[in-house]
Amino acid sequence: MTNALIRLPRSVKRGEAFEIKTLIQHPMETGFRAGTNGTTIPRDIIEEFLCTYNGVEIFRMKLSSAIAANPYISFHTVATESGTLFFRWTGDNGFKVEETARIAVA
Amino acid sequence: MNRRLGALLLLMATQASAEIPEAERRSGYHDMGASVQAMQDDDMANPAMLWVLDGEKLWAQRQGAAGRSCADCHGEPSRMTGVAVRYPAFSESASRPISLDQRINQCRTEQQKAPAFDYESRELLSLSALVAMQSREHKIAPPDDPRLRTFLEAGAATFNRRQGQLNLSCAQCHEDNRGKRLAGATIPQAHPTGYPIYRLEWQSLGSLQRRLRNCLIGMRAEPYAYGAPDYVALELYLMKRAAGMPFEAPGVRP
Ligand code: HEC
Ligand code: HEC
Repeated sequence: MTNALIRLPRSVKRGEAFEIKTLIQHPMETGFRAGTNGTTIPRDIIEEFLCTYNGVEIFRMKLSSAIAANPYISFHTVATESGTLFFRWTGDNGFKVEETARIAVA
Repeated sequence: MNRRLGALLLLMATQASAEIPEAERRSGYHDMGASVQAMQDDDMANPAMLWVLDGEKLWAQRQGAAGRSCADCHGEPSRMTGVAVRYPAFSESASRPISLDQRINQCRTEQQKAPAFDYESRELLSLSALVAMQSREHKIAPPDDPRLRTFLEAGAATFNRRQGQLNLSCAQCHEDNRGKRLAGATIPQAHPTGYPIYRLEWQSLGSLQRRLRNCLIGMRAEPYAYGAPDYVALELYLMKRAAGMPFEAPGVRP
């Protein structure tokens, strides 16, 4: 099982911006490195990260070979209503991790 | 004896003993850039936490022929508070000091009746990160154990001995030239305050022995095999040299 860490405030005031931080375990193998036997190590990266807030897309990011292993992504959004944040990382070799987190808006 | 010569001899004498006074001991944390410091300061940005999560899972898993988990015997991981700061420690069964990784493997083989984890394996690093983290902010406190003395002396001798094709000693860089620059990096005082560390260059977690291996290769000396008594003696000396410094594992280093 891939480890992913997500942090956001438990509750936020309506209309206020808050920060969402994510960290995921992934080698982000570039596809440009040579292995011990001289052959190229195949690319194995996360290609896309997506976040929705009560079903509405609020953040999407394309990742590339230039991004280090175990990508840390943080971004802000504005609190609209209580509900669920959904996170999805997808990439090479059928990589797919999905997580959810609750947010309470007062 | 004239005073100048006396002062010079005194200088040489202090250089030979060369231990950094407690008040001047400075973690490698302070020698790195603000962005790497920020990664270490925030557990959400510190990738080592991904290993700690694995460590927590392993801690609770019943393994080996004995069918016991670490938790079955030790309780919560927090029961390991203050342990990492006093390793390496003398092991009765091995009749010599052993590192924290080796202590964990001793429980694997003797208590769980399971095969030892490989050095630098994800499992061993995860458990040692979990155990080490419990001692954050604790002061490094090497055991005051007379049985360790000869090993400590051996570690100190290795630290001060010139070796490798470049004919350098650890002390020449980490004491005589500490704080100066070497190819873009500030030479730290070489304190083992943050191990295991997440090193950006490795894109992974690694042990103190892996770090020492890097320095030995840099000096073009032959690295020891992981777990070798020579490494443990060096670790023992590094911990004594860092006595009193706050522990910050799992650290982040460039
Ligand atoms: C040529 C100079 C040089 C020599 C010789 C050398 N090192 Fe290092 N060492 C460095 C540099 C530079 C770094 C920091 C590397 C970086 O940040 O990329 C370092 C890092 C370290 C660290 C990590 C400190 C931290 O904050 O995590 C330890 C421990 C260490 N060295 C121990 C040793 C030991 C033990 C020896 C002898 C076997 C040794 N070094 C020999 C230059 C040297
Ligand atoms: C069957 C019981 C048992 C199991 C299972 C077990 N241990 Fe232990 N462990 C012990 C005993 C007994 C000691 C020695 C306690 C002492 O010296 O005070 C010990 C000591 C230790 C120490 C050294 C503590 C110190 O104060 O120096 C560490 C670290 C440790 N165990 C880690 C682990 C880890 C990690 C696991 C799981 C992989 C584990 N143990 C599984 C019984 C167990």
